[in-house]
Amino acid sequence: MAGKKSLYMKRVDGRKIDEVRPMIAEIGIVPSADGSASFETGGTKAIAVVRGPRTLHPQHMQDPKTGVLRVNYGMMPFSVSDRIRPGPSRRSEEISKVVEWALSSVVDLSGFPNTVVDVFIQIPKADAGTRVAGLNAASIALAHAGIPMREMISAIAVGKVDKTLVVDVNKEEEDFHDGEGSTDIPLAVTSRSKEIALLQLDGKISPDELMKVIEMGKKACEDVLKVQIEVLKSGSVGDE
Amino acid sequence: MSDYVMPNLQKEKIIECLKEGKRLDGRGVGDYREIVVERGISKNAAASVKVKFGKTEVYAGVHLAVAVPYPDSPDEGTFMTSAELHPMASNEFDIGRPGIESVELARVIDRGIRESGFIDFKKLCIKEGEKVWQVFVDIVAINDDGNLLDVAGLAALIAIGNAKMPIYDSENGVVEKGFTEDSIPLNKDALSFNMTFHKVGDVIVADVGGEEELISDFRLSVAIGDNKGEPRITAMQKGKSGAISSKDMENILKLIEDKWVELFPKIKEYVFG
Repeated sequence: MAGKKSLYMKRVDGRKIDEVRPMIAEIGIVPSADGSASFETGGTKAIAVVRGPRTLHPQHMQDPKTGVLRVNYGMMPFSVSDRIRPGPSRRSEEISKVVEWALSSVVDLSGFPNTVVDVFIQIPKADAGTRVAGLNAASIALAHAGIPMREMISAIAVGKVDKTLVVDVNKEEEDFHDGEGSTDIPLAVTSRSKEIALLQLDGKISPDELMKVIEMGKKACEDVLKVQIEVLKSGSVGDE
Repeated sequence: MSDYVMPNLQKEKIIECLKEGKRLDGRGVGDYREIVVERGISKNAAASVKVKFGKTEVYAGVHLAVAVPYPDSPDEGTFMTSAELHPMASNEFDIGRPGIESVELARVIDRGIRESGFIDFKKLCIKEGEKVWQVFVDIVAINDDGNLLDVAGLAALIAIGNAKMPIYDSENGVVEKGFTEDSIPLNKDALSFNMTFHKVGDVIVADVGGEEELISDFRLSVAIGDNKGEPRITAMQKGKSGAISSKDMENILKLIEDKWVELFPKIKEYVFG
């Protein structure tokens, strides 16, 4: 196989291999919450809502040294073509946890002992990359809520489609079956120290390729970060 | 802000104002908030819509799947409404099993649509006793500022009114990707929509905001359709512990007629337009 040309040379939607889909971000979309944001890339949209810090119940879960960050991710039943049953699934629980770990690496709740900060992520429409869109929205929403954060987090899904590395994979690329198939690598990068806060991988890849993936991911996250900062600076859209 | 409890002062203020026929946001007692409708929020569904009354916001979507009919109606499609009063919409909602509020809301909306005959279930039969279309309506609350029931009910109607039938490969019995140009079979004349009235203090008000809803004595939801240009009630549900006096009922019926004349043409436009 080595040396052979990749079967995936041109992207289905005409993008360059390092090109992110058009991004739209909004803040203040849920007026009753403490912070909220939406983040959209192409056919994928995530809403993130922050409620808290508020007293954590039941009491035995409270931590007298710090507040607790809790993330709940879910897809709306009509977000994909096969209806998703409402309520938690194994998939959504795992994604909630990895996103929670990623956000916990930058959020500092030591000033709010015995409280919880809830982050709710919902996906109204999906075309791959929902967890990274959710993480991008959550990062904006936490900043919008004024929760102390050391850095922002930006995330992107890099894919290996046959032998070609591309950023911000869409569903069609994710489902590519020819040649070496498709490998999906969601990753999240912190804004200042440029550390990796989330990394998952599904498929096959060589260590060299993985280094390239991380490099491409970090570069794409810069584009994401620009959008995140811009929406936070330009003030509230639909907010009070 | 997160643990908001309404002060008594605010409650008194709301009730005082209502005595003069005014509401804190400047509306009259029968006025609805501005209604905003945005269709097509997810291209993957047969239909999807976002509906806002003021700050109360709901998403709804429709999916169709092939299912086995119920034994007692072998030639009719089936219908299911689910509602998620998601904790992102309000501090009052919790994660996990649907609470009584979501169950009631989903059931009232489900019943209203099912019993009105709006969907032509006979035409949703593929093969009698074996295969029928199953219609799912899924509702997700995004922000609760009162009157979720009416907002969710309208969102469900618009989603159904705009839904397209999937492409069905009858030879192999599989649903393919994409949608046809055909709508779900509907009896358009049977359209009825929900209006909920609350008694706040001594006054009957339409389209309550969040604070009004918190302090109301009772609510009465009424689904109303068209009977040759006259309003016809097709479903009702009373909620909360207060009781309805005959004067209250008179006021509500009068409001229903006024509001029906004003809103029904708009609702039709949203659902079929």
